[in-house]
Amino acid sequence: MSAPILEVRNLTKQYPGVTAVDGISFRVQPGICFGLLGPNGAGKTTTIEIMEGILAPTAGEVRYRGEPLSERFREEAGILFQATALQNFLTVRQSLAMFRGLYARGRDIDELLKLCSLEALAERDNRKLSGGQLQRLLLAIALVNDPAVLFLDEPTTGLDPQARRNFWALVRSIKASRKTIILTTHYMEEAEILCDEIAIVDRGRIIAQGAPGALLREHFAAVLLELPKADFPPAARALPLQLIDAQDRIEITTDDLDATLRALISAEVPLKNLRIRPANLEDLFLELTGRELRA
Amino acid sequence: MMRRLFAVWHARNLEFLRDRGTLVFTLLLPLSIIVGMGFIFGGPPRPLFKVGVLDGASAREADPFLHTRYVQFLPERSTAQGLHALRRERIDLLLAPGAPSRYWVNTDSPKGYIAERLLLAADPHAQRLPVRGRSVRYLDWLFPGILGMNLMFSCLFGVGYVVLRYRQSGFLKRLNATPLTAFEFLSAQVLSRLTIIVLITTLLYVAVGAMIHFHNAGNVALLLLITVLGALSMIALGLTVAARFASEELVNGLLNLLTWPMMLLSGVWFSLAGSPRWVRWVADALPLTQMLHAAREVMLYGAGIGTVAPSLIYLGGVTLVFLGLGAWSFKWRT
Repeated sequence: MSAPILEVRNLTKQYPGVTAVDGISFRVQPGICFGLLGPNGAGKTTTIEIMEGILAPTAGEVRYRGEPLSERFREEAGILFQATALQNFLTVRQSLAMFRGLYARGRDIDELLKLCSLEALAERDNRKLSGGQLQRLLLAIALVNDPAVLFLDEPTTGLDPQARRNFWALVRSIKASRKTIILTTHYMEEAEILCDEIAIVDRGRIIAQGAPGALLREHFAAVLLELPKADFPPAARALPLQLIDAQDRIEITTDDLDATLRALISAEVPLKNLRIRPANLEDLFLELTGRELRA
Repeated sequence: MMRRLFAVWHARNLEFLRDRGTLVFTLLLPLSIIVGMGFIFGGPPRPLFKVGVLDGASAREADPFLHTRYVQFLPERSTAQGLHALRRERIDLLLAPGAPSRYWVNTDSPKGYIAERLLLAADPHAQRLPVRGRSVRYLDWLFPGILGMNLMFSCLFGVGYVVLRYRQSGFLKRLNATPLTAFEFLSAQVLSRLTIIVLITTLLYVAVGAMIHFHNAGNVALLLLITVLGALSMIALGLTVAARFASEELVNGLLNLLTWPMMLLSGVWFSLAGSPRWVRWVADALPLTQMLHAAREVMLYGAGIGTVAPSLIYLGGVTLVFLGLGAWSFKWRT
């Protein structure tokens, strides 16, 4: 295993009466997309902002290429915050040129416009961009210094499904150029599609870490059955099944589908609305915490 | 409709009342203006005319003109000093009581004309002596004041509000994630506003000056230096106010608290000669006063750098102190 590009050691961030980050440690290998996955308020943004060097930790440290964060890190990091406003009355091209001027080295503006599908919008006022277009401009700004490490904090929150898929395609093309990406998200689909490794964060702590597929294989033997709560009679709870009580449904994990179905039929559980599907990261979060990811 | 109106009214009231800084300034600002104006313009009826008197104390009883009500008699130590004050319109007439009394008056000044009528009514034998030097129209005297006031508002609000808006929108936080330092950011703001305000002031100076047939008696380069130093001191003040606050109403209150006293006490509209000593002390501490004093000396009376050097040094000092304070207290985030 090569030396990590980023290393987080025992990171803690406390606010009066609240511990937002509670002793988090992990390493990020170069060239991968590392995801911090968790519900709102889990401590993802606090963690990533400490990693970006704009928030001071209460304890612990972040090291970039084996050294504490320094001027070199600022030159080599690209950042996309959850929400950023740009200067009024500037065009897309002028905004990119302003940020390009802040770095010693970087990419050509026209090249960035092309990469982020902004060519047709180059002379448009920032304020007249749609949500998806603005997010692509902010991504272009994050790439303006040709960063070695790119931080994306909930980059698709608030985008419509089409804009979200376009953004994912863009991130995948950036990933193909072997840049390290740190991504926070509460969309499990986003983490599954984009991340090589994830850390599931809950209440300021990492509760599971690894490649998404490996984590799922580790926690879920086979398949997952879903039934609406209304269809699940109280008597059926006595069945020897591995049940998870979700908000509006009962989830059953099993590695013997036939036996499970027979048990449900014998308990007179109606199977009209039964869904059988493979487990995903949302199920994993539910399994680990007993709570739903988007709760 | 009323329920919705009430809901929004109530929420907005809570928002306002819980923003303590803004609340305090909303109360403090009008109070300070009223108290300040009371001190400056309150008390007994203000005199309508100002007359400089040479050897005034010994002559007060003898000359009936010196008992005229609503005329303020200001002692002048020497004829030269008195004439200096007369040429700068700090007094309307200079009187040397005696038998006969002698006086100097600026014949182009409307107030000088009325003061002369009053003197001659009380003492028909008083002798008029000529005042050498170009008389100054009120419009010429007001011109630097208006340019200075425009510069003050543009620098204080232009810089203060922009930095506040950048902080509120998160743009400053984004800049903080780049190699840009606070010093570089603040310097860029200062230089940008300085460039804009010097260009605007020059344009106004040329255009309005031509319209009112203003004749500059002094050195244009020196005037430019005064403008640059005056603008820098105001920008530095604006940056200090906006350095760390995130409430629009609080910053608005603070900027008003700075601009109002300067507008009233810096001699934009009228000379503060004859005001209580403490008012002049406060006025002299304001950068706009120093800037206008230097600008008028150059524009109206052709003064050189030696005459205005104390004002220039003061403006430079104010700039350095407040830029330092602004940079030290600067916050990128809310």
